[in-house]
Amino acid sequence: MSQQTIKNLADLLASGKTSSVELCQDYLARIGARNPELNAFITVDPDKTLAEARAADAARAAGSAGPLTGVPVAHKDIFCAEGWLTTCGSRMLHNFVSPYDAHVISQFKAAGMPTLGKTNMDEFAMGSSNETSHFGAVKNPWDVARVPGGSSGGSAACVAAGLAPAATGTDTGGSIRQPAALTGITGLKPTYGVVSRYGMIAFASSLDQAGPMARTAEDCALLLNVMAGFDERDSTSLERENEDYARDLAKPLNGLRIGLPKEFFGAGLTGDTAQAVQAAINEFRKLGATTVEVSLPNSGLSVAAYYVIAPAEASSNLSRFDGVRYGYRTKDYTDLTDMYEKTRAEGFGAEVKRRILIGTYVLSHGYYDAYYIQAQKLRRLIAQDFAKAYEQCDVILGPTAPTTAFKLGEKADDPVQMYLSDIYTIAVNLAGLPGISMPCGFDAQGLPIGLQLIGDYFAEARMLNVAHQYQLATDWHQRTPGGY
Amino acid sequence: MSLSPDDVKRIAHLARIRVTDAEAEHTRGQLNGIFDLIAAMQAVDTAGVAPMAHARDVFQRLRADVVTEPDRRDAYQAAAPQTEAGLYLVPKVIE
Repeated sequence: MSQQTIKNLADLLASGKTSSVELCQDYLARIGARNPELNAFITVDPDKTLAEARAADAARAAGSAGPLTGVPVAHKDIFCAEGWLTTCGSRMLHNFVSPYDAHVISQFKAAGMPTLGKTNMDEFAMGSSNETSHFGAVKNPWDVARVPGGSSGGSAACVAAGLAPAATGTDTGGSIRQPAALTGITGLKPTYGVVSRYGMIAFASSLDQAGPMARTAEDCALLLNVMAGFDERDSTSLERENEDYARDLAKPLNGLRIGLPKEFFGAGLTGDTAQAVQAAINEFRKLGATTVEVSLPNSGLSVAAYYVIAPAEASSNLSRFDGVRYGYRTKDYTDLTDMYEKTRAEGFGAEVKRRILIGTYVLSHGYYDAYYIQAQKLRRLIAQDFAKAYEQCDVILGPTAPTTAFKLGEKADDPVQMYLSDIYTIAVNLAGLPGISMPCGFDAQGLPIGLQLIGDYFAEARMLNVAHQYQLATDWHQRTPGGY
Repeated sequence: MSLSPDDVKRIAHLARIRVTDAEAEHTRGQLNGIFDLIAAMQAVDTAGVAPMAHARDVFQRLRADVVTEPDRRDAYQAAAPQTEAGLYLVPKVIE
């Protein structure tokens, strides 16, 4: 039953060939056997999962099943789920059992989709390798000496290894797309505001967006149908008509105009990644698409602007972790300030502390205009670059990440090198656009290479159509790591 | 720019994070590397560009002024390190 798509599992359940309980037992057994090697999950709770599976089977027997009822998914440990340990990969929340459900979790519950477990992640979603987790690094199933990317590394690794058919992720600067690329799966970051952030532990609120991680673009469409929708509890949730993100999957690509940003095909793109992306472009031409060179002249500054804006928002968001209302509190303290300072020194890991310090500095008196306001102005220039490019094309194509999966420890002590892992993904978050990563080949060492499509606002259905047609013509997404 | 160890300790205090002298020195090197990366930003002429605070032009929604949340104090306080009689306990701040 491993390495099945959501679509296949839904068909099996609908035909009565399997039950949700059987499916969940199968996945839980695989998690039990293989997770010790990968460390993709922080929490697994078979009793809870199987209770949800029994309820799904009962709903189906009663004739009240939805299209995906009974199909299990894993959730990134950034989503609050009632009664589940919800750690966000941090010592600060190592003992936090959520008293409520995130909107995304309640959407999956309403769809009758059981939770297989909570997946490992970089601490507070800050990282590109999953090495900053308080619960240890996640291993890449393609090569367990390598990282799966981050911050949704546990979600990526568990899907790639067939420990879950799909998982949720969140993407602030590339945290769905980069790990999807490094593990050979498909991951979608929707337009900012399409999926509610309610109950999703905040990192950088103007950038954070949740999305699906799965084996195929078709599965991502089905999952986005579950996740998306207006929620008044998130003040940035967009009030729009619900749409069927799978509606355009079957459309042919004749006449599709693909924009190729010259800045994404410069000196930084070399070797196997460059070749695989070029081969994908050729494939799209065969499918009827045309290509046009476009320019995103300010995209080279996106990493710099991001490392002002995201830490600034993080320093504000993470001020709530003070040892008073939830989570970790230091043992010995003399007064309130001492309690705050020791709690936060002991509760946060090194990368989270670095980013809080950067954010505190750029927001402090005398530096606010030079850093924070300048970064916000660049953000507008970056967004305007995309708007101009979309006058010439329907979708933008390029690599997801500059390299394939790197070795554990290789960049762990060099924050700047780690930050550059997201050089092709960050601009998309700054502009608030949707982006998808899907596999498009392998390097000489057999590691997956990711292809990124970037759409205009609310172009998810079109992007999923483009990705699905590519996946009908290629089989990169069907490759699985040896032994899994 | 280049941060001194005292700068790091001052920022850390603003952020309410205790740092030792050794940590301040190690962190200083890493922060300076990050600020070198950020410095590329300063070369761009952004005169006349409006800052973009948000991905979309959003406006604040208003709702009716009615109670929407049930009382779940006990459930929320169950996650707190220390409570008593429905209150969060912290070290004494007023003598």
